[in-house]
Amino acid sequence: MGHYAYFVAIFLMVAGLYITIARGNLVKKLVGLSIFQTSVYLLYIAPGKLIGATAPIVAPQFTTYSNPLPHVLILTAIVVGVATLALGLALVVRIREAYGSIEEDQILAQDQDGDGADASR
Amino acid sequence: MVDHLPALQVVVPLMSAPVIVLLRRPAIAWLVATAACFAAFAIAVTLALTVAESGTVSYAIGSWEPPWGIEYRVDALSAFMLVLVAGTAALVMPYARRSVAAEVPEHQAYLFYAMYCLCVAGLLGMTITGDVFNVFVFLEISSLSTYVLIALGRGRRALLAALQYLIVGTIGATFYVIGIGLLYLVTGSLNFVDIAVQLEGVTEKRPVLAALAFITVGLGLKLALFPLHQWLPNAYAYAPSVVTTFLAATATKVSVYVLVRFYFLVFAPLQALEGVPVGAVLVALSAAAILAMSLVAVFQPDLKRMFAYSSVAQIGYITLGLGVANEAALTGSLAHLVNHGVTKCALFLLVGGIVVRGGDTSFASLAGLGRRMPWTSFGIVIAGLSLIGVPATAGFTSKWYLIAGAVEQGSWWIVALLVAGSLIAVAYVWRFVEVAYLAPAPAGAAVHEPPWSMRIPQAVAVALCVVLGLFTAFNVGYARRAVDLLLGGSQ
Repeated sequence: MGHYAYFVAIFLMVAGLYITIARGNLVKKLVGLSIFQTSVYLLYIAPGKLIGATAPIVAPQFTTYSNPLPHVLILTAIVVGVATLALGLALVVRIREAYGSIEEDQILAQDQDGDGADASR
Repeated sequence: MVDHLPALQVVVPLMSAPVIVLLRRPAIAWLVATAACFAAFAIAVTLALTVAESGTVSYAIGSWEPPWGIEYRVDALSAFMLVLVAGTAALVMPYARRSVAAEVPEHQAYLFYAMYCLCVAGLLGMTITGDVFNVFVFLEISSLSTYVLIALGRGRRALLAALQYLIVGTIGATFYVIGIGLLYLVTGSLNFVDIAVQLEGVTEKRPVLAALAFITVGLGLKLALFPLHQWLPNAYAYAPSVVTTFLAATATKVSVYVLVRFYFLVFAPLQALEGVPVGAVLVALSAAAILAMSLVAVFQPDLKRMFAYSSVAQIGYITLGLGVANEAALTGSLAHLVNHGVTKCALFLLVGGIVVRGGDTSFASLAGLGRRMPWTSFGIVIAGLSLIGVPATAGFTSKWYLIAGAVEQGSWWIVALLVAGSLIAVAYVWRFVEVAYLAPAPAGAAVHEPPWSMRIPQAVAVALCVVLGLFTAFNVGYARRAVDLLLGGSQ
């Protein structure tokens, strides 16, 4: 069971990817995308932690330290994830204003019927 | 000052974005963005000349020495790409003022220019950095700004295209992060050069193979490798013309460049990956892209969409060369990065001119365009010849090297495929010729070309399609030097 952190990360990864692909609701798609991105944070952070090790502050009584670099990388990735989710939700709001729906099939059906390309902004 | 050029290459466009947001007035925003893009181009040319003269330039950000700190690395390959990206950015800017005024609401124009500068900064950053995680950060800077730029397009379909691209693009970027995460777990390094060194001693095959797979799929999504290209036609068709032009010429190409770096400088020298059919898979997908996407392009009802599908096919030519991976084929691939970039830049600039004057690019409304916009139509035909790969145009030189590479490998079916792809390109370019020159113009149509500020960049781009075909010192010369670097690393 030494790899259970990876099993959790990969379960979340696959679940998030499945939601993104299988759901028709645009907000749910973005939630799935967010879960997918978050699973990668776990993939990075889990190996950085050593059981029984401390934060990497040099002191005479400690000999083993956890690797701080993955945390720093993931801090950046979290910021990217937040920006992506915010932009995605903002686009969904605009789509709701333009189409009156956030269900993918209804939106695509509207574009098929009439040429709504310049109907509204 | 000169020592810090690699950092300034990214910082100048990056910092001009907040300045533009503060200034807000469309005319001033345009001026700042233009100045930033031309400055970036000047820096890129200076760096390219320095590299040609004295070899690779390495710059340690914040004086933290690589491999611990982030390294900016300008070698023969990245200098080549920097000139392409910054050059396109600068060429498009004079054109952008009228085109953006026609297609983007005035109160949003400053946001457009701010996002454009961020996108340029992101792509330049991806090119210049020597750190794999830094590539991800710049990839996301350029991607997020691209989603906004596409959403600024006219009509509500642009919003849907932007969201579609956001979802696919984020999946791609996250796959890339998983890939480099696995490489980091194996090597403990994030520097391209250092990863390659550390991997030499690695005997555990599985994580490296998984990393290769994740990076290939992730970047494949970003570069629209068939069959991961579904986002591209909508995004190109509904985005403002300036955005389509810039993206078609640079964004997918930079992702190809990152893939090239991984394949040839990190993975190719590895003993652990011997026998993994990366090249064969790439060749198969590229062959499918060239045939299927060229055929789909023939049946598009809209000129902009047609060229979007043709872009996916042309990316197939580039990845085909990477799959064949001998010296001639790689030279062809890298030269095609520039040649196709220039050709598509010219085509979308010309299509943007039609949008400014007529607003519609469907074939039905292009009837008799040869009489209404003679110069524009003529330009599309010349650039179209380069797309086909007629001798004395840019497209010919790269296809020539690709064919030479295929012959050298003895793969005659690839030669047949390349010729077939070119013949299908004749079919779709001919569709334009037929509509523009042979169909009667609607009654009362007068000659109405786009304004001069747009015609000059168009003329420069079309001229480059021919000049790069006749004088191959820039594209093929640089491609050769880059290939020496790539293949030298594997020996």
